Amino acid sequence: MAKIHVTTTVNGEPAEYLCEPNETMLDALRGPLGLTGSKEGCSSGDCGACSITVDDRLVCSCLMLAAEAEGHEIGTIEGLAQGDKLHPLQQKFLEHAALQCGICTSGMLVASDALLRKNPNPSEEEVRFWLAGNLCRCTGYDKIVRAVLETASEMREAAQ
Amino acid sequence: MADIRYLAPRTLDEAIGAFAAAGSAARILAGGTDLLVQMRSGIVRPGVIVDVKKVSEMTGIEETVDGGFRIGAATSGMALAEHSRFGKVWPGVLEAMNLIGSKQVQGRASPGGNLCNGSPAGDSVPAMIASGAVVTLQGPEGRREMKVEDVPAGPGRTNLKPGEILVRFNLPPRSPGSSDAYLRMIPRTEMDIAVVGVGVSLTVKDGICTAARVGLGAVAATVLLVEPAAKALIDSTLDEAALEKAAEACRAACRPIDDKRGTIAYRIKTAGVLLKRTTAIAAKRATEK
Repeated sequence: MAKIHVTTTVNGEPAEYLCEPNETMLDALRGPLGLTGSKEGCSSGDCGACSITVDDRLVCSCLMLAAEAEGHEIGTIEGLAQGDKLHPLQQKFLEHAALQCGICTSGMLVASDALLRKNPNPSEEEVRFWLAGNLCRCTGYDKIVRAVLETASEMREAAQ
Repeated sequence: MADIRYLAPRTLDEAIGAFAAAGSAARILAGGTDLLVQMRSGIVRPGVIVDVKKVSEMTGIEETVDGGFRIGAATSGMALAEHSRFGKVWPGVLEAMNLIGSKQVQGRASPGGNLCNGSPAGDSVPAMIASGAVVTLQGPEGRREMKVEDVPAGPGRTNLKPGEILVRFNLPPRSPGSSDAYLRMIPRTEMDIAVVGVGVSLTVKDGICTAARVGLGAVAATVLLVEPAAKALIDSTLDEAALEKAAEACRAACRPIDDKRGTIAYRIKTAGVLLKRTTAIAAKRATEK
């Protein structure tokens, strides 16, 4: 079976890889691209652990073929921190202990970042609805929601 | 494992050529939120995957000069939500699309996929039927149009001919005093499949309903256009008597199944309740405009 050669952009850097026609974007990220921050939970688009952005739009990388990335801009959890400096969301997740086992965390962060880019001042209800596609079996969500709201508030202040 | 190919044609003609040539082994990839799950579970083993998202006619949103909308069949729900005008003109179609799955799913899932997947519970379908939308189909034998309500043939089946692709939805222009709404019943608040879904589109002039269409989902083998319910609303002031008559028409149209989501009796009763609530929302929007 002929592999497909894909040229794309991952976290702002040019990237290329070979993939099978039926491999998912998640397979490509965790395989040839070596970016294992995106997690495989359900593989059916229910849990959000594999969340990435494609041209700034939040999607599940398990529901996208690797071949579809051609010519698009992919954003993953690995692009969130600037070098050693954590993104404010990452910092706030730590402060609030908004994680326990951690498998949902990268997806939660990518989804929360996508929300705050779109809506810097979300209500608690908006945060909860936005994160409805990210399942967490440890925290009960409260700490995550509070971390996102507090990050949003601090980022707004910092922007002033 | 059988050989599988991925194609991403840039023109509709190329897409139709590739899709028709591969016959029943081919699958159209729009948002992939159904297809990839079906491939993963082994329900579908396509020989050729035709990704149609590089075909410009299949992903755009265009407001026509007369005030209608053309929506590419593979346009994502999120793209519809981000459009500056679409949700103002068709709030019911938009809220139906934006009830499908999570934000992640909405970033990819499309109205064309929702319709062609053939689920009786697809959320956008009752709203599209209520809107009076017509789809453009194109295949090896040329282009034709079909009403949305004529597309589903049964669970997982459509009336598209072999090799035909659903290209776009054509939503008609709106007269003043028109709006629409969609409501579904689910046991949760989010991320679930409709037990019953109702789409209502109507026009109100001087307090009288002058036009109406009702789409009813998840209560039969296909999503239904309920003309008797629309008739009961038209020429009324949308008073309780008219609403009850329309609700009765919806209950009478139900041919549901018993399953884990709801019993036959529950679905029938809910269809009537939702018709009233959805009509009230559509009417409020129509008169506030």
